[in-house]
Amino acid sequence: MSYRKYLVMAGVTLFSAIGDTLLSRGMKELGNVSLNHVSHVLLAISNPWVAIGIVFLISFFACYATALSWADLTYVLPATSIGYVILALIAKYGLHEHVSTARWIGIALISMGVGAVAGGPELTHHQHHSKRREDRAEPVCVGGSR
Amino acid sequence: MKNLYTWCAILAVVLASTSGDVLLSHAMKTVGDVGALRRRNGWLFLMRRIFGTQTFLLGLVSMALAFYSLLFALSWNDVSLVGPAAASLTFVANAFAARIFLHENVDRRRWMAALFVAGGVFLLAI
Repeated sequence: MSYRKYLVMAGVTLFSAIGDTLLSRGMKELGNVSLNHVSHVLLAISNPWVAIGIVFLISFFACYATALSWADLTYVLPATSIGYVILALIAKYGLHEHVSTARWIGIALISMGVGAVAGGPELTHHQHHSKRREDRAEPVCVGGSR
Repeated sequence: MKNLYTWCAILAVVLASTSGDVLLSHAMKTVGDVGALRRRNGWLFLMRRIFGTQTFLLGLVSMALAFYSLLFALSWNDVSLVGPAAASLTFVANAFAARIFLHENVDRRRWMAALFVAGGVFLLAI
């Protein structure tokens, strides 16, 4: 995987975590929103935390869509879930929150999942892809880099 | 009755979210590598191509449905139940859907990754 692709994957992870955190902070400032007054959700955009959070979530979506253009869904989803671990570590060491044993086991499981998927290929090569490549009759470099 | 409503809403979140991910993945594979396309044809061409793909727009609608289903689920039950249940079930549902609809090669390594992450997210969120 190229340097640019690693950057896109890091963007998916970081923008999602930061966007969710900002949105959560903004919504807590606004208080409870009743389902009978859904229009209040629209006014939430005037809160600066919510507005910046939405900008980050749009950036997340752009990176996510970009990653899906060259990698499998079953590769992108587990690989970018390391964001959950980053959030838990920020909570422990940055915000000095208590992280329970169950959460440490959760962090270990996610890390194992990310490790398992990261070692494999990012894209399934379908039959029609290979055929199209053969049709072009380009020289094939066995074991060549991307 | 409240529990039944909650689990119906969680099911709706999982279905809508999985459909959104699968449709978006299909759309982006149809569009092709966006980095290469942008370099070759520019931003305007890329945007037209992405927003002109029907499955991309359907994916966006599915994701919006997932978001509203989540809001309903949260109005019926605690976030400590709804959050982890919806997130971890979505990981597993995505692995099944990607194998069936996108014909992805979900080998043992990817199944393990999906199950580990689903379990980990559940433990982190409870």
